[in-house]
Amino acid sequence: MIASAALVIFSRNPVHSVLWLILAFFNAAGLMVLVGAEFIAMLLVIVYVGAVAVLFLFVVMMLDIDFAELRAGFMNNLPLGLLLAIILICELVLGLGAMRAGSVQLGSDIANATPDTVPNIEAMGQLLYSKYLFLFEAAGLILVVSMVGAIVLTNRRRGGTKPQRISDQVKRRPEDATRNESPEVGKGVSL
Amino acid sequence: MIGIEHYLVVSSILFVMGVLGIFLNRKNVIIILMAIELILLAVNLNLVAFSAFLGDLTGQVFAMFVLTVAAGEAAIGLAILVIYFRGRGTIAVDDVNRMKG
Repeated sequence: MIASAALVIFSRNPVHSVLWLILAFFNAAGLMVLVGAEFIAMLLVIVYVGAVAVLFLFVVMMLDIDFAELRAGFMNNLPLGLLLAIILICELVLGLGAMRAGSVQLGSDIANATPDTVPNIEAMGQLLYSKYLFLFEAAGLILVVSMVGAIVLTNRRRGGTKPQRISDQVKRRPEDATRNESPEVGKGVSL
Repeated sequence: MIGIEHYLVVSSILFVMGVLGIFLNRKNVIIILMAIELILLAVNLNLVAFSAFLGDLTGQVFAMFVLTVAAGEAAIGLAILVIYFRGRGTIAVDDVNRMKG
């Protein structure tokens, strides 16, 4: 998993980066299954591997970009980036050491204890649809807003096309479109 | 026995990988977005690990909301990227100064 994450940021071809990202997500989902969180793991596989990664792949392949040119500053940024990364990992490991040494107390008050009798997905559902119902609906609202935003941003009117005008079609009544004629014999109908 | 520390070490390394990816690929927006996804994945892993080892389901609920926001963010970011590419013909972000902010 660490190796695939490293290859996401180091690989030359962005398509390979996306594929390594998918592998990293699969590994994370496996870790979550191991720890007993099946719901989040399946959500990760469905949402990320099924939707977001395919979206990335689409965009990478749709925009034809000279990626070699974009990697020009890679070596210049390498020392500073590595320095910052080393500092950050040292800080995180120090925090972890502090936790192991016992100076940080965890789990003093538990808000929603994990039930033993029902499986993980059922417990999550009971919690989401009762206690966190409004938060759950707010999450749905966020998804709707982001969908509308993405469509509005990328939709554009092209000239020269003949789109359907739905309001005109709905407004049209039988009286406007048809009329009764009773032509004499042999005269025909004038249009 | 795998304890919570192992999960925390893995997720912190993943987090640092994401930060490093942002620093290394400063020109390529697609890689930057992927690095942000890595960071959010590390956060989710952390939340789930704490939730499981402390026996508290709230962490998993929160991880789900983080996942929602991450999906929306990826969609909006890629949409902005597409219209930026339409207007400019490149996605190099180190010279995004058209708005003179």
